[in-house]
Amino acid sequence: MPRRIVLGIRGVGHRVIESVWRLGRASRFFMLMLLKSGISLRRFHLIIREIYFTGVLSLIIIVVSGLFVGMVLGLQGYETLQKYGSESAVGTLVALSLVRELGPVVAALLFASRAGSAITAEIGLMKATEQLAAMEMMAVDPIARVVAPRFWAGVISMPFLAAMFSAVGIFGGYLVTVVLIGVDEGSFWSQMQNAVDFRYDIVNGVIKTCVFGVAVTAIAVFEGYDAPPTAEGVSGATTRTVVTSSLAILGLDFVLTAFMFRGMS
Amino acid sequence: MQRTTMDLWVGLFVAAGIGALLVLALKVGNMGTYSAAQSYRLMGNFENIGGLKPRAPVKSAGVVVGRVVDIQFNPETFDAAVTMSIDSRYQFPKDTFASILTSGLLGEQYIGLAAGGDEIMLKSGDKIMKTNSAMVLEEMIGRFLFNKASESNGDKN
Amino acid sequence: MTSETLVEINDLNFSYDKRAILKGINMTMPRGKVIAIMGGSGCGKTTLLRLIGGAVAPSSGYVKIAGQVVHELSRDELFQMRRKMSMLFQFGALFTDLSVFDNVAFQMREHTNLPEAVIRDLVLMKLHAVGLRGAHKLMPAELSGGMARRVALARSIALDPLLIMYDEPFTGLDPISLSVIGNLIRRLTDALGMTSIVVTHDVQESLKIVDYVYFISEGVIAAHGTPEEVRDSVAPFVHQFVHGEEDGPVPFHYPANSYASDLRLGGSFA
Repeated sequence: MPRRIVLGIRGVGHRVIESVWRLGRASRFFMLMLLKSGISLRRFHLIIREIYFTGVLSLIIIVVSGLFVGMVLGLQGYETLQKYGSESAVGTLVALSLVRELGPVVAALLFASRAGSAITAEIGLMKATEQLAAMEMMAVDPIARVVAPRFWAGVISMPFLAAMFSAVGIFGGYLVTVVLIGVDEGSFWSQMQNAVDFRYDIVNGVIKTCVFGVAVTAIAVFEGYDAPPTAEGVSGATTRTVVTSSLAILGLDFVLTAFMFRGMS
Repeated sequence: MQRTTMDLWVGLFVAAGIGALLVLALKVGNMGTYSAAQSYRLMGNFENIGGLKPRAPVKSAGVVVGRVVDIQFNPETFDAAVTMSIDSRYQFPKDTFASILTSGLLGEQYIGLAAGGDEIMLKSGDKIMKTNSAMVLEEMIGRFLFNKASESNGDKN
Repeated sequence: MTSETLVEINDLNFSYDKRAILKGINMTMPRGKVIAIMGGSGCGKTTLLRLIGGAVAPSSGYVKIAGQVVHELSRDELFQMRRKMSMLFQFGALFTDLSVFDNVAFQMREHTNLPEAVIRDLVLMKLHAVGLRGAHKLMPAELSGGMARRVALARSIALDPLLIMYDEPFTGLDPISLSVIGNLIRRLTDALGMTSIVVTHDVQESLKIVDYVYFISEGVIAAHGTPEEVRDSVAPFVHQFVHGEEDGPVPFHYPANSYASDLRLGGSFA
């Protein structure tokens, strides 16, 4: 019995050391990528191409999800607020929920699943088919040429996607409550405008989005670059990207919310 | 994918994103009402500010005429010194009453200004002399019980 | 016949995880020749290519290319040297998101400031040399295995390198493509005066085109010589390899218990 416990503890310790070692490798990779970003910023069309693939092609899922989330918020919010006679506050509810939390977080989660996994798969496959090695043999640094443009494209795309998510969501809430149910249009917008503060709510939401964008894209890019060059390796890396990104988003969300909304009572 | 078509889509994407941000900022948030308009400062001392917070509205006759800028504790008079920023379009007479009121039953607190009849107007930096503090629930209950007690005493007598 | 040495490998040792992969390798490769490195799978051939290309550093010994010791070069110097050499990967390793034209033009666009008109002409010339000028608009996914490898070959000669390394160029090709690639390797080496190192285990095809052969077995050079010497060699490993014999120094049976004991014959029950 004691022997098995010892083995179990050794296994856990081994795994922890592996993770720490991996984290160190990831940090070094991240620094290296930042240092080599000069080329991608100078040849901006590389980044533009990647913005197309990560940002523009994610638009549909972001917009549709935003619309549905906003509509559900409107419905659920109305359902509850109406019991207290405060149904005109549903605009505030929808807007604050989206701008402060749901916009940044859900958009980031969707981005991680769609664009993050695509980035990981792409880089991983390039590694598996020796394209990255070929690039190195041609004296072209794959980190500068392949990895950095995708990173910056993700960081740039995320705030726009989250803003569109929130905007479309508010519109969805408007559609459901004002147009369908019949809540007063004037109070919908005026109460919202009174309650949503630019500096505290919107800017904080944008800051959150930028942080999530950096985290998700950095994880996606590293997992792809680090993937074992086999089919199982790439598929495992893709899964890890989505899982790790999601956990990182939720964890960072807590930390950022605690910092930002501490002062509000 | 031609480079030019891709550029077009990316340009549209970025434009739509900026548009969304603007919509959020202006229509949804209250950045539009952050008046860059002229304003002047008025002070007021309150015994108890209750739940009043900075950036709370200052209303007169129910219309927002300014914002609470700062709340400080005055260690000499042991009360709260509140600084308000009032829109320059609105002048108030010297004997204006400043009260801390609550919007609705459980809403946020704001300062309500009730104009007096004095001919001299308040200038920037002036202090509103007549103030009413916020209602604190415990004091009201205490007063109510005290009144009730003295009533029943009076009945006995 | 130039005998100037381009690549010199001296007492090269390489170990990975305490396992010795290459032990005491000595090779000299002159300019303008095609040299084959042969051996069974996993004998260290690909590692040797990576050592020559500077992707990994040796445990001891050195590789010199044109007089420069590879693993002592700084990162910039290494990148400079890599512009003078190319590698043809086993399955081509074409960039899947670029067309055939863009693949061949890649190095020219990255490393030179040539105007697009000049690049266009150069790319078409390189593609013409491998016979695929008409395919320049296709994407790698639309190419067959042989065509992909030819495009990769065109890409390798884009900047007229001094040295090309071929990692298993004959693997998985049909007979026509086999002979096409083989002839291309020979013709381009002669035409451009460069050195070609071909790592392969396709004996028939390579012996037709190479000038010199090195055999690697278990990390050391088992034999070396001209194609004729190799064909006539009586060294057991070389003989087994060249004539494709089932059994010899490389055994047919993976090490196991005796057959009888595995089938539980001869009186040993349960």
